[in-house]
Order: sequence, then C-alpha cells, then structure tokens
Amino acid sequence: MTNRASSSILMVVGSILAVIAALLVGAIVIAVSGHDPWEAYRALAEGALGSRRGRAETLVYAAPLLLGGLAFAVAARAGMFNIGIEGQLVMGGFAAALIGASDWNLPGPVHITLALLAAILAGGFWGAIPGFLRAVTGAHEVITTIMLNYLAFRLITYLIQKRSDWLPVDPQVQGTNRVLDDARLPVLLERTRLHLGVVIALIVALLIWFVLFHTVVGYKIRTVGLSRGAASYGGINWGLTVTLAMALAGALAGLAGAGESIGLHGRHSASPPGLGFTAIAVGLVGRNNPIGVIFSALLFGLLSAGAPSMQANAGVSREIVLVIQGLVILAVAAFEAINRFSWFRKFTSPPASPGGDRASQVGMAPEVEPRPTPPAL
Amino acid sequence: MSDFFTLALLTATLRMATPLVFAAMGGLLSERAGVMNIGLEGMMLIGAFFSVAGTWWTGSPWLGLPIGMGAAAVAGLVHAVWCVTLRGNQIVAGTAINLIAAGLTAFLTQLIWGRAGGSETVSRLPNAFSGLNILVIFAFALVPLVHVFLFRSRRGLHTMAAGESPQAAESVGINVTAYRYAAVVASGALAGAGGAFLSIGNLSYFTLDMTAGRGFIALAAVIFGGWNPLGAAAACLLFGASQAVQIQAQATPGFPISSDLLVALPYLLTLVAVTGLIRNSNPPAGLGKHASAH
Repeated sequence: MTNRASSSILMVVGSILAVIAALLVGAIVIAVSGHDPWEAYRALAEGALGSRRGRAETLVYAAPLLLGGLAFAVAARAGMFNIGIEGQLVMGGFAAALIGASDWNLPGPVHITLALLAAILAGGFWGAIPGFLRAVTGAHEVITTIMLNYLAFRLITYLIQKRSDWLPVDPQVQGTNRVLDDARLPVLLERTRLHLGVVIALIVALLIWFVLFHTVVGYKIRTVGLSRGAASYGGINWGLTVTLAMALAGALAGLAGAGESIGLHGRHSASPPGLGFTAIAVGLVGRNNPIGVIFSALLFGLLSAGAPSMQANAGVSREIVLVIQGLVILAVAAFEAINRFSWFRKFTSPPASPGGDRASQVGMAPEVEPRPTPPAL
Repeated sequence: MSDFFTLALLTATLRMATPLVFAAMGGLLSERAGVMNIGLEGMMLIGAFFSVAGTWWTGSPWLGLPIGMGAAAVAGLVHAVWCVTLRGNQIVAGTAINLIAAGLTAFLTQLIWGRAGGSETVSRLPNAFSGLNILVIFAFALVPLVHVFLFRSRRGLHTMAAGESPQAAESVGINVTAYRYAAVVASGALAGAGGAFLSIGNLSYFTLDMTAGRGFIALAAVIFGGWNPLGAAAACLLFGASQAVQIQAQATPGFPISSDLLVALPYLLTLVAVTGLIRNSNPPAGLGKHASAH
C-alpha cells in the first residue's frame, strides 16, 4: 500500500471513529437527561431515513451544508480558515432573493440563472474581502471573517428595514418579498421539499473536486496551502491565489444561501440561520476533500432531518444535535492529535513521510506560519 | 439634542460595556498566554445559563455567580486540553465550544424549565447604586488588576513569555503548559462572569443565545485595544457607547447619526484596525504556537 493511500484510509477511519465517539458522548448526555439514548437515536434515524419524505428532508438539509462545507474546504486547501461562511451565505441568499422577488417578466430559467449568478457574485465578493485583506495587509482572516459575518447581518437588516422604497423587501416580515414562482428552484419530487438546489450542490461538489485536483488553479490553491514559500519560489502569486480561493469559497457559500432562499424558503429572512458554523464541522469531518465533504454533509443532513422526529417521538429536545455536531468537531481534532503522536503513527503509517496529503489537514494542524514580529512591549 | 447626553446615557454605556469588559479581560489573558480563544462566545453563554440555573437551584444569585463562572471555566478547561495538551487547532476547538454551548444551553433550558425560549425568572444580583449592578463595579475594578498582574507581577510576565516565545520561555524553566492552562481556564471563568452579568445582573432570566455575538465583540475589543488591558477596556467602552447611543438614537427622531452605522461600528473599526490602517496591530508572537515540536 502506498504511503498516500494508507494515510487517506487513516483519515477516513479517523472521521468515522470521531462520529462514533461524538454519538457515544451524545448518548451519555441523553441518558443523564433521563431519556433512552437508543430510543432517541432510533427515532432520529427513523425520521431521517424511514420514509420517502424523511429521505428527501435529509437531502434538503444536506445541500446547503455540502456547499458550505466546500466553502470551508476550498479556503482550507489554500491555508485559509474561513469562519465567514455564515456571512457569505446570507449575502448570497439575500442577493438571490432580491433578484428572484423582482418582477421583470423574465422566462423562469433565465430568472433563476440571474438569481444564482447574483448569489455567486455577492458571496464571492464577501469572501474575497478577507482574502484580499490577508494578501495585502496580513490581517488575519479569522478576525476579518468574524467581523464580516456581523457586517453582513447588519447590512441586510439595514437594507430590509430602511430601503424598502427601492428594494423588493418587506420590513413587516423582516425579509425580502416572496420569490416569484417562476424564479423558484423547482421541486423535483412530489409531496416533498426536494428542490433543484440539491442536484446543483452535488454537481458543484464534483466540479470542485475536479478543479482542485485536475486544474492549474486547483494545483495553485493546494500548493499555496501546503507551503507559501515553496509556492512563491515556484512562481505562484500567493496573494492572488489566496484571494481567488477565498472568492471561490464565498461563491460556494453564496450558492448555498441561494438554495435556501430561492429554493427552500422562497424568501430570505433576516434571522441568521446558523448554517455557516455547522458547515465548518462538515468541512472538517470531510477532511477538506470534496468527495469526503459529500458524505459528511449527508451525515449532518441526516442528523438535522431526524431531529424533529427524535423530539416528537422520543422526547429528547432537538438541540442535542448541535451538541453532537460540536462533539464531532472536538473528536476529529482529538483523533488528529492522537495521529500526530509518534507512538500511534508507528503502528498506522510508514515512518518516512507521515501524512502524505498534508493540505487536507489544514484547519486541524496547529498553525506554524510565521506572523509579523511584534514590537517590544 | 441638549439633553441627549445624559446620565442615563452614561449608565447605559457602562451597562453595555460590562459583559464585554469581563470577556475581553478573559480573552486578553488567553491570547497573551498564546492561546486564541474564539470560544469566548460559547463560554459567555454557558456562564449566563449556569448562573441562572445555579441561582434557581440554590436560591441565591451569590451562589449562582460562582456556579456560572465555574461552568464556563470547565469549558475553558476543555479548550485548554484540546489546544495545549492535544495540540489541536485553536480555532477548531473554539468553534466546537461555541456550537456545544449553543446546543447544550438550549437542551438544558428545555429539560429544566420545560420550555423552549428561556428560563423562569430568578432573583438577580443587587445594584451598587443608581441602576448600576454590582458586577459593573467588579468589571471595571478588574481592568487595573489584570494590567498590574500582566505587566508588574512575576506570574504575569511569565504568562506573557509563554505567549510571546513559548520555546524560549520553556528553555528558561517557565512551565508553559501550566501557564497556558491557568490563563485559558481563567479566561473561561471571566467570560462566564460576563455572561452572568447578562442573565442575573442586567436581567433575571436566561434566554436562548442571549450573548448574541458579544463574545466576538469582546475578542474584537482585545484586538482593537492592542492586546493591552487598558486599551481593551477603552475599546469595550467605545463599543458599549456605540450600542447605548444607538438605542437612544432610535428613540430620538431626527438624530443625525444613523443607528445602523452605530451598531456596525465595532465590527467596522475592528476590521480597519486589523488591517493596520489605524494602529500597529500585532498579536503576541507565540499566538497559536506550541512549546516544543514533537
């Protein structure tokens, strides 16, 4: 077995173990709260997989998480930690809903395409800002993306409440007007909410996999993430590549928002949905590999889709799913750490060149990148 | 207009700044010791929840406060285990803590009070004088203490050494691991006190997600204040003032500054600050680094 193959098998096993560990700890919390964990998980699985509607719901929940997880993964491949998915997502969702709610007498497919483009541009722009700031000023993307999240919420709230005179928004419902029927992503399966956005997300995931591993741009993104110095030495413009990767990540998150607004809900409302943080977990569990992200998005979609059934049939309140998602992140990080300790690595991978695919661990490994030297205190 | 800048505005500013000051002092200790703490938000939320739960169980807010701070300190301990002992990524661990805090507090609210939105009313900590809660005084008294601790005490200097240059600190016999653990656990407890102010100081109940991003604003204040206690406290006052003015501006027709701009001010200023346009913005050199390579 090659070094690379054994290390990716190790990562898959690590992710699976992490999920199992998180479910076990979740089971303990459920048991301590006086419920039967087995009953709770059974109700959850039943709700998410036991019916045609449940399976459709799993996919509906998985779609934005898939695109959001990709938004995390693409940035991470370039060595950037994208906590700004939430902001990029709402910018995209809002932009798409604005276009979708505007009555321009356009044919449906044209209107939908325009709305998706608007989402890609708005999200991409919001993602490019932290990339650009990092490239030009060295400002840490974790701080700038957090600030941009809140600025996105504030901007959208402002536009909804104060600019209803020239935008199709409604301060009464704290959201945009309803998206025109023709501009909605069509429902694909009768009596479910399964919409075209789910298919789009899957196609985009495969496309991103191709871009990352089989195109020059993808090669540049991965090289920059592996080693900034080596990339520059090889003639790759670091700043440009980082900005591009963040713009691409933002565009993906924006598309996720569009799926929610012109697909699922038919409008964008001002309350932040919180998807952007779960998306980070999806990216981490998927090891920043688009194919891995597909599976982890399905898993997280399943958890979300089954939560209402768990609450209704086993009496365990649905918020436990958030706890489990957080535990998954901790567990992935812990397994990553264990893997780094040499005594464990000795048994699992050849000693010569550990962790063949290092970029997929960005976001897991401790930061070693040099920072600007501070002045004396 | 003349009676706009009143005593009421001043007390509102102090009230808005208090939870930020607590959390910012916590974030400052953690960052100065070299551990990024974006889990401040979750730790505040845990503090807000458990101080109400503690008050509910014991009947006394004076017991609720340490229970809330203790629970948040446990969250800090988790952060420390993942960041220091396991050498995991600090942002990843912080993100996980925020998710778990949001889920766990909602889950427990449902479990304890049997309703989704928030807790029942409990008694709250007393006011010191004229509408100012006792915790407001504690918060601002904390600032010079943290300043003296960091810059004038042996332990404080060791903490900063652990943050500036962990390997050098270790080579002169400073126990970097111990200092980082202490700083991160303390940052949890302080963030918890900030949360407790929201739930049993300012109000007398817990509501879901009642911290509403204040942990992130506190983090912004640390950065905007140049990783310095006095600077961070000044930033908290500035951000608190922008919130207080905004609330009053909404009630004042014809107020010249847009209230939307005022709410966005902390985020905008911090964004500009980290790009280095306002001032030198340099984090501790060892932030995110580990003591010795495996």
